[in-house]
Amino acid sequence: MPTLAHYLLVSGLLFAIGLGGVLLRRNILIIFMGLELMLNAANLSLVAFSRYFPASDGLPQANAQVFVFFIITVAAAEVAVGLAIIVALFRSKQTTHVEDLDSLKF
Amino acid sequence: MQLALFWIFSALMLLAGVGVILFRSPVSSAMGLVTAFVALAALFVTLDAFFIGVVQVLVYAGAVMVLFLFIIMLLDLREEGRRPVKISAWAGGGLVLCGFLAALARVLAQSSSLHGAKPALSNPMSDDVARVGTTLFLHFNLPFQVIGVLLLVATVGVVVLSRKELK
Repeated sequence: MPTLAHYLLVSGLLFAIGLGGVLLRRNILIIFMGLELMLNAANLSLVAFSRYFPASDGLPQANAQVFVFFIITVAAAEVAVGLAIIVALFRSKQTTHVEDLDSLKF
Repeated sequence: MQLALFWIFSALMLLAGVGVILFRSPVSSAMGLVTAFVALAALFVTLDAFFIGVVQVLVYAGAVMVLFLFIIMLLDLREEGRRPVKISAWAGGGLVLCGFLAALARVLAQSSSLHGAKPALSNPMSDDVARVGTTLFLHFNLPFQVIGVLLLVATVGVVVLSRKELK
């Protein structure tokens, strides 16, 4: 039977993979995918906590699952806006490489 | 059995995640991301969160990934050429990652409350869609309305951003 530590370990590793993608890759689309992986890692640990620390009626915490539901909704909105910004950037600069997008750099 | 399923889906998810950040072509990365999302939905089901698992497949593996693939096709990206890597950027990134993983290992090794077996559910056949729905509408009604407004604002924002001429 997997314990909570197993789920938290997997969730942490998924977060680390996403963080690695954001820090190490230079393609803005891949950076965005790394962000999605990190959001999902947070969702996994929330659901794991809701199952391993049940509510007083002996069922999984519904509050945590509602929270995950909100996170998924916000992530969907974020993806739509982010991809629209990437398309607008691509139209003006013809690149998705972050080192070519340096006009705001000091 | 449960442990075997847990490890199968975890390994699948983590391998797909590594694939996302290692593949050179964005389409392959997107495929890795779909695999990771579906495996994560399976992990949600092993945690008795059926509603969240279904929403994960519908919203992420369905809507979000279609949007990603659509944009990748629209941008007509070629495989990015190899560029010289910056040693300082990789060293900084690696350092942050190692710090994070060390902190995680320390927390997991030290807290004994995380190693207990899964508590049995009082009613294994309970309807978790009804429970989540009741909680959502009774206790989180205002946040639910606010999230609706947020989606509307995001939709309008995307339409404005996608116009030909940005003023």
